[in-house]
Amino acid sequence: MAFLTDRKRAAGMGSAKTGTEHHWQMMVTSVALLILTPLFVFTFGAILGSPYEEVIAYYQRPFPAVVAILTLLVGLFHYRLGVQTLIEDYVHGFARKAAIIGMICLSYAAAAFAIFAIIRIAL
Amino acid sequence: MADVNRGDRPLSPHLTIYRPQWTSMSSILVRITGNALIVAALLIVWWFVAAAAGPEAFATANGFVTSWFGDLVMMLSLLGLWYHLLGGLRHLVWDSGRMLDVDKSEMAAQMMVVLSVLLTIFTVIVL
Repeated sequence: MAFLTDRKRAAGMGSAKTGTEHHWQMMVTSVALLILTPLFVFTFGAILGSPYEEVIAYYQRPFPAVVAILTLLVGLFHYRLGVQTLIEDYVHGFARKAAIIGMICLSYAAAAFAIFAIIRIAL
Repeated sequence: MADVNRGDRPLSPHLTIYRPQWTSMSSILVRITGNALIVAALLIVWWFVAAAAGPEAFATANGFVTSWFGDLVMMLSLLGLWYHLLGGLRHLVWDSGRMLDVDKSEMAAQMMVVLSVLLTIFTVIVL
């Protein structure tokens, strides 16, 4: 063991592995959501509370449907990255890995259900 | 020796006299709002899935989302969403190397609180 230098022992043990990619994806989705979120709030908010037939007719229009798909897809991907950071800060050991995998599954499942549902309404 | 009194000194942070800062508090609130938004997101996904499933399922989901409790969740989520959006905007500004001074950051934090409340009121009035 004494054959290893201190530098060699420390190399690769830090936090910096795929952090750049994570940060870049967070930035890209943030910029997208700056535009998508207000569009979604005002299109979704305009129809929330209306009767079933009106909601179906509304989401058969391309603009509200595409805004909803993009917002939920990008938003849940952004959430999947954000919640990973949260878990990495507060959960340790095996529970950390389990929690990250669980929340990734939840995020993608929610996005898949949302996209399937909106496309089914729209078509 | 400097460590004569080791073990007997108060430990940092001194919680009884700790003064929260705008910078740390506004940052923690960005994290809390962002992660809490999953509740509203799942409610909205449920609402869409129910609408795709048919009128009966929609009546259940829509009834819950537009109930007083659903309204409360949506209203708080809206406030959280605007706050988190402004927090993200602040991060993008920071990442460009701007507004990194403490006084500028504190001003941005105060603006986030004020603007998120104003945007929420505006959204509720318009919709």
